[in-house]
Amino acid sequence: MSSTLEERPTRTRKLRVPEPPNGRKPTRIKDPLVDRVFMVGVYILLTTFLLVVLLPLIYIVASSFSDPQAVSSGRVTFWPIDFTLEGYQRALSDNSILTGFGNSLIYTIAGTAISLVLTVAIAYPLSRADFWGRRGITIFVIFTMLFAGGIIPTYLVVQNLGMLDTRWALILPQAVGVWQVIIAVAFFRTSIPDELYEAAQIDGASDLRFLITTVIPLSKPLLAVIALMYAIYQWNSYFDALLYIRDPSLYPLQLVLRNVLILNQAAPGLDAAAAFERQQLASLLKYSLIVISTVPVMLVYPFVARFFNKGILVGAVKG
Amino acid sequence: MSLHCCREENPDDIPHEVAHELRFHCFSSALPPREVRMVMPGGIALDVGGVTRKISARGNERGLRGLKRSWRRHWQLYLLILVPIAYFIVFKYVPMANTIIAFKDYNVVDGVWGSDWAGLKHFERFFNNPVFWPLLRNTFLLSAYVVLASFPIPIILALALNEVRLKFFKSTVQMVTYAPYFISTVVVVSMTILFLSPRLGLAGHVTEFFGLGSIDFLSNPDYFRHIYVFTDVWQTMGYSAVIYLAALAGIDPTLYEAARVDGASRWQKIVNVDIPGILPTAMIVLVLGVGNVMAIGFEKAYLFQNSLNVSQSEIIATYTYKVGLLSADFSQAAAIGLFNGIINLALLLGVNAVVKRLTGNGLW
Repeated sequence: MSSTLEERPTRTRKLRVPEPPNGRKPTRIKDPLVDRVFMVGVYILLTTFLLVVLLPLIYIVASSFSDPQAVSSGRVTFWPIDFTLEGYQRALSDNSILTGFGNSLIYTIAGTAISLVLTVAIAYPLSRADFWGRRGITIFVIFTMLFAGGIIPTYLVVQNLGMLDTRWALILPQAVGVWQVIIAVAFFRTSIPDELYEAAQIDGASDLRFLITTVIPLSKPLLAVIALMYAIYQWNSYFDALLYIRDPSLYPLQLVLRNVLILNQAAPGLDAAAAFERQQLASLLKYSLIVISTVPVMLVYPFVARFFNKGILVGAVKG
Repeated sequence: MSLHCCREENPDDIPHEVAHELRFHCFSSALPPREVRMVMPGGIALDVGGVTRKISARGNERGLRGLKRSWRRHWQLYLLILVPIAYFIVFKYVPMANTIIAFKDYNVVDGVWGSDWAGLKHFERFFNNPVFWPLLRNTFLLSAYVVLASFPIPIILALALNEVRLKFFKSTVQMVTYAPYFISTVVVVSMTILFLSPRLGLAGHVTEFFGLGSIDFLSNPDYFRHIYVFTDVWQTMGYSAVIYLAALAGIDPTLYEAARVDGASRWQKIVNVDIPGILPTAMIVLVLGVGNVMAIGFEKAYLFQNSLNVSQSEIIATYTYKVGLLSADFSQAAAIGLFNGIINLALLLGVNAVVKRLTGNGLW
């Protein structure tokens, strides 16, 4: 037996959140019919988007593990047929691909480090309100987004600097991205309070010391965003190499891929094979190569995506 | 002692204790930042450990005096910024200056500045070249098509995602559609080539299944633009949708409540609240897209190009590359590049002006 005093709060709670009668789900206010029909449409649309993006990727992965004959006869759909690792074995035993992989690693690591340093070096001063010439320098930087010298005039610069056919040609000419600078400036301006700087100044810290001991440790999320942007750019770029590099031992992976995948040049390690088999092996190799070259990016992707969104959003802030 | 009391005082008269108190507060971080800031206007001198320092929250002073003062305070930052500025000068502005070779007969021996002037010869040669009009047409059509197709689709994706309440489904769709953005152009193109190759590719099997025979998509110039544009949409829609999702999240919730009170259906809510809400963002994205019209990716067009589809896949960028580097005609290539750059800039400025007049939103 419970007293009325104890019962009362229970009743009020019941009023707020209607408790379901035994064994039934809580009743919810249903959307009007028109909205339910609309939502079905939304789900169908989104599922279509999902499949359009996902299925090609699954197909590539499935094909890379399948027997080339099954691939070319159209039996492979979204699951490997006659499972084989031969494509991977061949791709990973090829010298030009391994060299390309190594080179791309070098370009990505070195390029990202240099880009990061340069970006911070320009973005931090531009974020300081009492930095004379801030406006002028900002316009100076943004203008390069609107108008560029073009392929040949840039090529001449690289040539005159003696960087043709050196690793520098792939690292320096594209080292600073205007977009990344904008993002970094916006971040520094909004996330590093002026008071912190004033405090450091009173304590006698120089600008450089403040930057290194305070700003950079506080900016780890930003540094991660722009480092990832630069790293992905470097890993995926082939155009600079096409322009500036002749020496195959300096080729980045993407250029090797282009030669093998798109130009069908010298599908590696197939000298003794008969023409038909050769063609099939080449196609097998292609699927495996696509997977191999994309795996590093896809491994970091789950971490990257979250940061990238932040970067886009910071970059989207006007001003 | 209240910190506020020193606001109107002459800097030299600030009592010692204030300086200490301020310093204490700054480092204890016990003070909300705003309060510290109130002490600053006009700049005050503080005596710290026998050294007088001037702190100022004041913005820039114009002119040489401002530079001098800023230099004295920030000389380290000026030295620091010199390196990236040198980068911009060397790799962005020197190339701009180098476009002067478009008006010269460039030769390697004399270099950019020593070569003889050629007037507008290279431009005339380009305009009179039979490839000029097809080239311009290809570049323009391809770019316009890219802008038109890749503008609405991310918006539709974002609006649809915004309706979904199932968190798992929503994040899955977002994750998956976002992923292709990270795949390199080379890989996307080779994937497409593999899919579309007649007989061996997936598309070949599909068309054969429907009794269409095997179609060689890549050697038919008529298909080039569609292939180019839809691989582009495939690759970027998830990435582009993020910015609209953010804009949607920023819409004032009271608008939704008002819509609900008025009995709006979900569709009406999208039309009357969501779309007006993301319009400013959409306009900026559109302006940027149009600004890119002539600068359209060399990379993908070049990769998709083959001798059979070249009649539609040759765009200004690929042509410049061929003229400049494969035939080593630097001056001609620079002239073409300059022409392209100027049209690009004009388009960007023009569209920005139009959009600004129509909707009040622009890039600047």
